[in-house]
Amino acid sequence: MRLIAENLGGERGGDAVFSGIGFALKEGQALVVTGPNGSGKSTLLRVIAGLLPLAEGSVRIEGGGEAFPSVASACHYLGHQNAMKPALSVAENLRFWRDFNGDGQLGVEEALETVGLGGIGHLPFGYLSTGQRRRAAIAKLLVSHRPLWLLDEPTAGLDKASEARFAGLMTRHCTDGGMIVAATHLPLGLDGAKGLMMGEAG
Amino acid sequence: MLALFARDIRLNIRAGGGALTGVIFFLAVIATIPFGVGPDLKLLARIGPAILWIGALLSCLLGLDRLFQADREDGSLDLLVLGNDRHMLALTVLVKCLAHWAGSVLPLVVAAPLLGLFMNMEPLGIGATALTLLVGTPAITFIGAAGAAVAVALPRGGLLISVLVLPLTIPVLIFGVSASYGATANPDPFLQPFLILAALTLFLGVLGPVSAALALQHGTD
Repeated sequence: MRLIAENLGGERGGDAVFSGIGFALKEGQALVVTGPNGSGKSTLLRVIAGLLPLAEGSVRIEGGGEAFPSVASACHYLGHQNAMKPALSVAENLRFWRDFNGDGQLGVEEALETVGLGGIGHLPFGYLSTGQRRRAAIAKLLVSHRPLWLLDEPTAGLDKASEARFAGLMTRHCTDGGMIVAATHLPLGLDGAKGLMMGEAG
Repeated sequence: MLALFARDIRLNIRAGGGALTGVIFFLAVIATIPFGVGPDLKLLARIGPAILWIGALLSCLLGLDRLFQADREDGSLDLLVLGNDRHMLALTVLVKCLAHWAGSVLPLVVAAPLLGLFMNMEPLGIGATALTLLVGTPAITFIGAAGAAVAVALPRGGLLISVLVLPLTIPVLIFGVSASYGATANPDPFLQPFLILAALTLFLGVLGPVSAALALQHGTD
């Protein structure tokens, strides 16, 4: 399975944010997108996921077969928001996304253990701290299987130990043949990841 | 899909408000009418079905703006849109509409017979009005979903949705009220307007979610 982006251009409100971005990812590879604020990292991720229209170029998944015909169907998108309901418990949130997304992988309790939140699944999501919320959102990546992870500032709000644990999770995802595109300005601890620097001029 | 329905129902009950705001507003509207109109029991009985329908229509519009906005604010909407290949987005919208209807509008239908007593309506008229509300209100939710999807990005979209949606709900109101009258007033037919009402609901059950899905897909930013 390969993710191929050619000559990508993205715009926000009619202004081009970046243009001429191209890369190809094979199974097991990761791409770390860096750059100053406003350089278009988040826009790039949303364009890849298909949440924003392409201004130019193309992005596609090759070899996804029946299960993953398009990038949208093959990806987990972890944006700035955690996509969890504060009124529901952590376990209810995860169980919903597991049922909705399909392709179940880890169980809810197991996923929570993996991100270090074991035993708090019964608490309403709204009671958690910022870092715990982020970790619960990361657990969402684990409960159903997607080959491609699109991560937007995934470690925002995480402490050192959780960062290291998340780096381990990402490395394991890559070893299992997954692909990662992460936008960040903090080092993620991913060895052997490709780098993409987004400048002011694109 | 069942998971989505269960989640939305649970949120509706647990977040407090959703279901109850509509019913309380409905109660407030209907309870003030007899004071405004005066103690003319015959007049109250005659305008009863129309007042119940108008009250239910306005109460339906009340909670519509949160249909997609809550999901948009916490990022869930992005993931629902991304799931388009597995669960067609129009179907996702339909399930959300049904959950919204069951959580917020069905209580109105249940409360309608009690409020019918305030209007001095006969048992037959009350039954007919409740039945037409049961069949007709889903149509309002379906049209409302299209309006809510268009206005999803606006922080104070509630009023805009009502203005957008209200003209489109007029046919539902007209056939709902005329069927309710048809049950009690002798020369008027009941079945014909009732069947048209049912047809409207089925038609909008397709058109509403499909157009809402289109609006949502092009509205992500």
